Amino acid sequence: MKKILALLLALCMVFALAACGNSSDEPAGGSEDPGAAESEAPASGDNVIKIGVFEPQSGDNGAGGKQEILGMQYANSLTPTVEVGGVEYTVQLVYADNQSSNDKAVSAAQELITQGVSVVLGSYGSGVSVSAATAFGDAGMPAIGVTCTNPQVTQVSDTYYRICFIDPFQGTVLANYARELGATKAYCLAKQGDDYSVGLVNYFVEAFGAENCIQEVFQEGTSDYSSYVTNAKANGCDIFFAPVSTEAAALIIDQAATQDLGMTILAGDTWDSNVIIAAAQGKDNVDIYVTTFYQEGGNAEFDAAFKEWINSDSVNLENNGGNDMIAAVSVLGYDAYYVALEAIKAAGSTDPAAVLEALPGVNYQGITGNISFAEGAKDATRDVAFIKYCNTETGVWDLIGEQGVE
Amino acid sequence: MEKSRKKLNVIITAAFLIALYALTILLDAVIAPTSRMYMLITVIQKSAVYALVAVSMNLLNGFTGLFSLGQAGFMLIGAYTYAIFSIPSENTASVYQYYDAVVTFSFQEAINGLFGLEATAAPGLILGALLAMLLAGAVAALFAWLIGLPVLRLKSDYLAIATLGFAEIIKAIFQWAKLGPLTNGSNVLRGYTRLSDFTFEIGGTSVSFATFVPVFVASMCILLIVLLINSSYGRAFKAIREDEVAAEAMGIKLFKHKQMAFCISCFFAGVGGALLAMFMNTIQAAQFKSSMTYEILLIVVLGGLGSVTGSCIASFLFIACSEWWLRGLDSGSFLGIESTIFRSGFRLVVFSVIIMLVVLFFRKGLMGQKELPDLFRRRRKPAAAPASAEGGASK
Amino acid sequence: MELFDKLLPYLLSGISVGGQYALIAVGYTMVYGILRLINFAHGDVFMVAGLMMVYVSTWAPLYVAIPLVILLTVLLGFVIERVAYKPLRRAPRMSVMISAIGVSYLLQNLALYVTGGLNKNYPTIPWISDTVSVFGATTKMVTLVTPVLTFLLVVLLVQLINHTKIGMAMRAVARDFETSSLMGIKINNVISITFIIGSFLAAIGSMLFFTNYPGVTPTVGAMPGLKAFVAAVFGGIGSIPGAVIGAFIIGICENIIKGLDTLLTTFGVIQQPLGLSTFADAFTFVLLIVILVFKPTGLFGEKATDKV
Repeated sequence: MKKILALLLALCMVFALAACGNSSDEPAGGSEDPGAAESEAPASGDNVIKIGVFEPQSGDNGAGGKQEILGMQYANSLTPTVEVGGVEYTVQLVYADNQSSNDKAVSAAQELITQGVSVVLGSYGSGVSVSAATAFGDAGMPAIGVTCTNPQVTQVSDTYYRICFIDPFQGTVLANYARELGATKAYCLAKQGDDYSVGLVNYFVEAFGAENCIQEVFQEGTSDYSSYVTNAKANGCDIFFAPVSTEAAALIIDQAATQDLGMTILAGDTWDSNVIIAAAQGKDNVDIYVTTFYQEGGNAEFDAAFKEWINSDSVNLENNGGNDMIAAVSVLGYDAYYVALEAIKAAGSTDPAAVLEALPGVNYQGITGNISFAEGAKDATRDVAFIKYCNTETGVWDLIGEQGVE
Repeated sequence: MEKSRKKLNVIITAAFLIALYALTILLDAVIAPTSRMYMLITVIQKSAVYALVAVSMNLLNGFTGLFSLGQAGFMLIGAYTYAIFSIPSENTASVYQYYDAVVTFSFQEAINGLFGLEATAAPGLILGALLAMLLAGAVAALFAWLIGLPVLRLKSDYLAIATLGFAEIIKAIFQWAKLGPLTNGSNVLRGYTRLSDFTFEIGGTSVSFATFVPVFVASMCILLIVLLINSSYGRAFKAIREDEVAAEAMGIKLFKHKQMAFCISCFFAGVGGALLAMFMNTIQAAQFKSSMTYEILLIVVLGGLGSVTGSCIASFLFIACSEWWLRGLDSGSFLGIESTIFRSGFRLVVFSVIIMLVVLFFRKGLMGQKELPDLFRRRRKPAAAPASAEGGASK
Repeated sequence: MELFDKLLPYLLSGISVGGQYALIAVGYTMVYGILRLINFAHGDVFMVAGLMMVYVSTWAPLYVAIPLVILLTVLLGFVIERVAYKPLRRAPRMSVMISAIGVSYLLQNLALYVTGGLNKNYPTIPWISDTVSVFGATTKMVTLVTPVLTFLLVVLLVQLINHTKIGMAMRAVARDFETSSLMGIKINNVISITFIIGSFLAAIGSMLFFTNYPGVTPTVGAMPGLKAFVAAVFGGIGSIPGAVIGAFIIGICENIIKGLDTLLTTFGVIQQPLGLSTFADAFTFVLLIVILVFKPTGLFGEKATDKV
């Protein structure tokens, strides 16, 4: 009985502590937000509208997430204000790191919601977006998926929209291209439990024919890919399809070169990154093709200005992976920022509910093409993917062509 | 004298519980999801779940002296069992997108169907979730019983590493593609009954029980564990902890009691896993890493091995620090101090330094083996304290 | 012969990774033999060694970087023992183990902070990263170097333990902690040297491992660490040759399991792949439990009954 009493007192104390935490947090909550990072403190007296940036800055997808943020930051530096209902508002980016991990994603999302943002952008990586979708949905918070291509992202809740193409499309494009390359048997490698790679492999297999595919998965924390490369060779495959994170990709490329894989490596949008170029450069026995959202050189004016901006600050340069190669995800991040601004303008309010209502009506001509939503659709109408080849000699991506699906 | 005191305690208990539950409902009603204080609700919900799991781990590690590191594995079993039987048929197809699901109904809708109510009606929701939680605990306990047969004969660190190994094996089995129709392979399970679904129309206004549910379930389970610890079985567990040989000599069946403590602990870890699933909205086997077990172990140690009160307080402090109070350390400004040292990851460094300090210099944790009344008694009657406090603690 | 051809690439990978596990496992088995402590932080020392190499090699040439990294790793092992384990010498074993978990947590979080959570590319060490061809299977030179180097180091270590004064002291402490301190052996020195040797081998192991798989992340040490511990238990804890053999067995099994679907379908045993590669990591633990249940002292363990 005493223990029960003890327990109750303990719970009481827990609540007392909660109350303490509560009161101690209040005064700090005025102008400073202790919870999340902010781009820059706006001048006092300004009207401020907050846009949440829900991206991985660490973990498997940290490198990609940072590049996507760069695009948003660049756009923010060009257009730091927005007019809402006739009043000038300063746009403030509020960051939350979802750590590329599905279980951390929910609290990161929660954090953005409690920061009072009007709309959320992100994320790189589909799994975290699927996990956070419910939280955004419950709070009625509009979210704009930037490069999360798994179809589930927009299916979980009513508030998640997306501006890139989706995996059934990308998988089909890749499968068609594999056939174009003359491939008949594909080795498909996905990361266990990763929505993005498992999903994309699944749609690729659907399009390429299950009987022509060997499917395998590797576990989280794997560094040794040698046996997977051996498996692909032993099965006599002619395509190695591995749409995994860049972290795993670098190791796979290294292993493929070592063991002289001898087949074309095919991957999705994640591989369109300077990490891959760095890993593959000088390894003349690897052939890598990827599908992606944007090709550097597609808009020379934009490219030049963006590169200048990256080179102007060592932090930006570091976040972009040490050089000024433009990642497609950065460009989509840039477009996503403007889509958000369009929605806010159309809504004429900073209220998330109003932004949510205005979002489907947005029609924006972005760097990556036109972004608009068909009636009732939450995925932007996208029907073109770029195919690129990794030039291991010069260390750049060569554009092979654009491809759509009939 | 003794009797009237017990009576008083029952009254106080009931009053406390009612006050506590009222508070959770009040908080849910007052704090909006977009308010900054919403973090408080998140922290209370999560720490209720962790408190339950930490107490269940304490039952093994602190009260029975069995060093088990399998907690994450049993939470996984609980979470999956709960989720599989709580996904309503309308969500099945979209969740199991790559497989033909075997379990296409949820307990919730089945019970409602039995009474001829619509699928999302309150009675079925509550009963179904309860049933799924009980099943979650039972399945975890069943696995524990099977695993206990070989491993409970091992001692201390060998037991620890063997249970850790089993947790990894369980994780691999649940991720196996061939079990996909049941477990959705390694992909996320979602669309089941969540905490925020516990919002009911009462007299025209909708009342949210999202915080009440985990606090209620966790407190009831902890209450059961406390009753068990104070029973003759609990005394046997403690005897095993102090000295196995002596305990056996006193006629305590070693293996039977160890097996019992292990199964009961895992039952509640399973229920805790189910609650965690409700809290997290989506679950995936990959989330139940061994680092989750380590976190829970650290909570138990911070609170004091062998103190239920300690585990509860420590889990609240641990969750609040990691999710809320120390967040500023990650983002450039903490307690008004701004510095470039405060960037992503710094919070965890500070946090692990604090933990190391506790482990090295406050080895007994917050509460040692004491419970809260021991502290109060000492403070009130300093003269007569030592004898009665000792008596209270050993009872 | 066909079987051998098919199996060879997996065996090569297995031997290579097994040798690297072996170098970590020796550290576990020595520490456990003396302190009865599962040093959970050992895998993270291995990770930190890799990370230090990444940073040191940005400003120092390799012939400076390699010895420097080894020195720093040894220092790290020494400091961890002095700060986190020595104060707990009289505490229950559980406390020390929790302290080890705490150190592991700290090292991982520090690495997370320093790297910003991003994957770091390990520098290329010349010669051992060259590609070679063995019976038609291509691999890195490090695959062949690892078992040789492991063997050499272990032989050296066994000589040290059997034929030097400090080795004798180690054996004495491992056999009876109390008595050996009564006999005038400076226990703390012996323990420090054990940690120094363990960290030294972990540093060498990390160089071989990351040359083969050149990506360093904060959690990269966790799995190899656990597997190396299992290897130590498998071989019989306290026995150095046992740990090495255990590590090779685990490394080979792991790689064969990754290729099992392919092997079985090639030889017509199964028609459809079973997705067995899911169990590549878990199989290590199955081995552990089997050995603990049937032969708790491991393959070469002493017959001391008080251990398990």
